[in-house]
Amino acid sequence: MADVRLLPETFDPGAELAAFTAHHKNAGGIVSFLGQVRAEGDVEALELRHYGPMTLPGMQALAAEAGRRWALGGLLILHRHGEMRPGDPIVLVAAAARHRRDAFAAADFAMDHLKSESWFWKREKTAAGWRWIEPRPQDHADKARWGQAFQHM
Amino acid sequence: MTARLVFLGRLEDVAGTPDLDVEPGPLEALLARLDPALAVELLGERVRLALNGRLLNDPGGIVLTDGDELAFLPPVSGG
Repeated sequence: MADVRLLPETFDPGAELAAFTAHHKNAGGIVSFLGQVRAEGDVEALELRHYGPMTLPGMQALAAEAGRRWALGGLLILHRHGEMRPGDPIVLVAAAARHRRDAFAAADFAMDHLKSESWFWKREKTAAGWRWIEPRPQDHADKARWGQAFQHM
Repeated sequence: MTARLVFLGRLEDVAGTPDLDVEPGPLEALLARLDPALAVELLGERVRLALNGRLLNDPGGIVLTDGDELAFLPPVSGG
């Protein structure tokens, strides 16, 4: 049911969403979220590192948990790793369901956990060089909205 | 006979390498042979450990054997 991919190269969010939508004609609603590299300030590039034995398995466990919590027809989770430029897509989540509330909730849940509880490390490049980004307290507060029952990490 | 230490995120910069092959044995003994500045970072309160891809809830008393991979995971900052 879930299509979960960790991508080393850029992807076309429009084409991916169109393919997902075409594949889930029975769904009454599809909710999607696209995260992209902000074009602001003096950030020239962003890099996401992952850890092979854990990052993709963790994303698959997250998708399985979303499938247990909500009645979904399908779930798409695409996440980049490697170096990206401002405007590049980072993450695409789409949830298909008979009823919109399940789709909204599942996409929201998946994003909060991808941000706060998936095995990615981020650094930014400016004229001064590369700098590792520390987690934001807000990401953990967002995750806490969903309770403590699920710890896939 | 080797085990591998893997340093994720900023720990790679501290270590100066993404991974390091070491003699198997107790973790305490392995850490004692590293640069003390690196060992202090690896033992940081917010650093989690994973042995062969599985997160450890209690890293105390770990002994690495031939072929083991121990990863040091600082707080994540993804998405």
